[in-house]
Amino acid sequence: MIGLLKRDVMLAMRAGGGFGLALAFFLIVVVLVPFGVGPEREVLARIAPGVLWLGALLACLLSLDRLFATDYEDGSLDLLATAPVPLEGVVLTKALAHWITTGLPLTIVAPLLGALLNLPGEAAGALVLTLLVGTPALSVLGAFGAALTVGLKRGGLLLSLLVLPLYVPTLIFGADAVRRASDGLTATTPMLLLGLITLGTVAIVPFAAAGALRVNLR
Amino acid sequence: MTTPLLSLTDVACTRGGLRILEGVTFDLLAGEALILRGPNGSGKTTLLRTIAGLQPPESGTIAAEPECIAYAAHADGIKSTLSVAENLEFWAGLFGTASIDEALAAFDLAALRSRRAQSLSAGQKRRLGLARLLVTGRRIWALDEPTVSLDQSAVSLFAERVRRHLDDGGAALVATHIDLGLDARTLDVSEFKPARVATGAFDESFL
Amino acid sequence: MHLTDRVMMPLFVVAGLALVVGIGWGFFFTPDDFRQGSTVKIIYLHVPTAMMAINAWAMMLVASLVWLIRRHHVSALAAKAAAPVGVTMTLIALFTGAVWGQPMWGTWWEWDPRLTSFLILFLFYLGYIALWSAVENPDTAADLTSFMCLIGSVFAVLSRYAVLFWNQGLHQGATLSLDKDENISDVFWVPLLISMAGFVLLFIALVLLRTRSEIRLRRVQAIEMRERVA
Repeated sequence: MIGLLKRDVMLAMRAGGGFGLALAFFLIVVVLVPFGVGPEREVLARIAPGVLWLGALLACLLSLDRLFATDYEDGSLDLLATAPVPLEGVVLTKALAHWITTGLPLTIVAPLLGALLNLPGEAAGALVLTLLVGTPALSVLGAFGAALTVGLKRGGLLLSLLVLPLYVPTLIFGADAVRRASDGLTATTPMLLLGLITLGTVAIVPFAAAGALRVNLR
Repeated sequence: MTTPLLSLTDVACTRGGLRILEGVTFDLLAGEALILRGPNGSGKTTLLRTIAGLQPPESGTIAAEPECIAYAAHADGIKSTLSVAENLEFWAGLFGTASIDEALAAFDLAALRSRRAQSLSAGQKRRLGLARLLVTGRRIWALDEPTVSLDQSAVSLFAERVRRHLDDGGAALVATHIDLGLDARTLDVSEFKPARVATGAFDESFL
Repeated sequence: MHLTDRVMMPLFVVAGLALVVGIGWGFFFTPDDFRQGSTVKIIYLHVPTAMMAINAWAMMLVASLVWLIRRHHVSALAAKAAAPVGVTMTLIALFTGAVWGQPMWGTWWEWDPRLTSFLILFLFYLGYIALWSAVENPDTAADLTSFMCLIGSVFAVLSRYAVLFWNQGLHQGATLSLDKDENISDVFWVPLLISMAGFVLLFIALVLLRTRSEIRLRRVQAIEMRERVA
């Protein structure tokens, strides 16, 4: 399992910039927003939590369609499925690798981009914390979507259509917690709910994803 | 009478909703190799995938010890940005075996160990794919066209490894068209073509 | 199949009758609401379709479970058949809601929890239908969409509560409940009930019809495949 994690992270790093791509995408989205809505600092500060969360979410989505597809095409997935490891574990490990190469770096740079959008300093902590708690759920749900669409020729667009509605609760609680923090309110409730969703997702969804993979390998 | 390592009884397989094999019955003993033959599309790959557990048989039973089959397909599952040694170490780690040196030596890959897999030739990649079998440490090898893109000397190298594997009490199930010079039984898959044209379970229930 | 042959026609007739009576009565023979005026009459479309939108998904969930557990083929096809009907109901509910909301709230669309939940449900329907049409092998497609339906159901419910948390809305509370005290008055209630029964029957009839066509499609495919091989 650790070997698989190491391999996936290594592959992501060697193949075309790994961390870089998602981060650059996140940066571009955040930079484009002021061009769209105008440079007023108050407006930007108000929408910053939502924009940052949305940007991180879309950046996560970006690399999902290759999560299982490369392994499917070069035969590794067949071999992984016959290896002495449970497929549920493979799914979880690959989701973790995806999180390490996208969710985690996004979380780390988010406060910097928050400064660009005039997000109040007090909310930066909440932003990091919500992303840290919420992005694993995005990766696991994405792995489910990737498992559903792995056998399809043009799975990318369908993947987004399937996965994005599943992201709604995470987005709502994540952005809401940051918004509350930036208004100077306590954000404990949405934060707890966000954590609950992530825990539940990590506990249940890998089984469905592994089931979908098995079906697609038949 | 030794118990067989692998035993198929009246197995039927489907591909793309169409039943292509039925009544497949054979035993595979330790130290024995079985060559699967048959024209393209006769179901050799489907049978091997079914035996490897990647798809359920439509009917019949496949009896084998759990996790004793190493499957090698057309695709080798090699990551082009990893080196030869890294590729092999990954699989060795996954199957819980220690050393990759012997496997590298067996397929004459030791000199290439730190080369990136993307710079390997097709034959070298194939040899790497076959070396993976050795690090799985499993007793039954289920091989799908293992000699594709291998040259003459690599084929004899491979045949030699299979023989060693059989001597060590392993078994092999090989779908191939060339003569490996093994002392092996041959099974013609086209014998198991369904007499009556039948469709798979999903369609069958609608007829 | 044989049973449904005989049931189909009467079912459509009764459904049509109930709809005509319910909606007709509702539209033409009920007094205007003292606050909402005649706009209240859209309730005879809005409430039943909204109800069926949710029930259709629930039916798909049950059918998916039956397929996953019992491998009953017709069940998979019934789930497939119900999705387009469900999505149409959702669209009608959203549309009538907008038309009703305009004079009432002064806006076509409001990010109210109920409306938003329905929009999300609509997205789930779209994904489900798209997945069915993208996967070629029917067995595979049935399995994958069932997984999708299962996980989707959990997250649809989660979204419902998340949205409630996110914005408390304008939408009035449930119009109907078994507790008679808080219900709307009988004048509206009876035609609404008939109209709802009509929509339920219409839904059943449509799903049966579509399931039958799906089954026949599968037969055609099976026969074609057999001929190609033979």
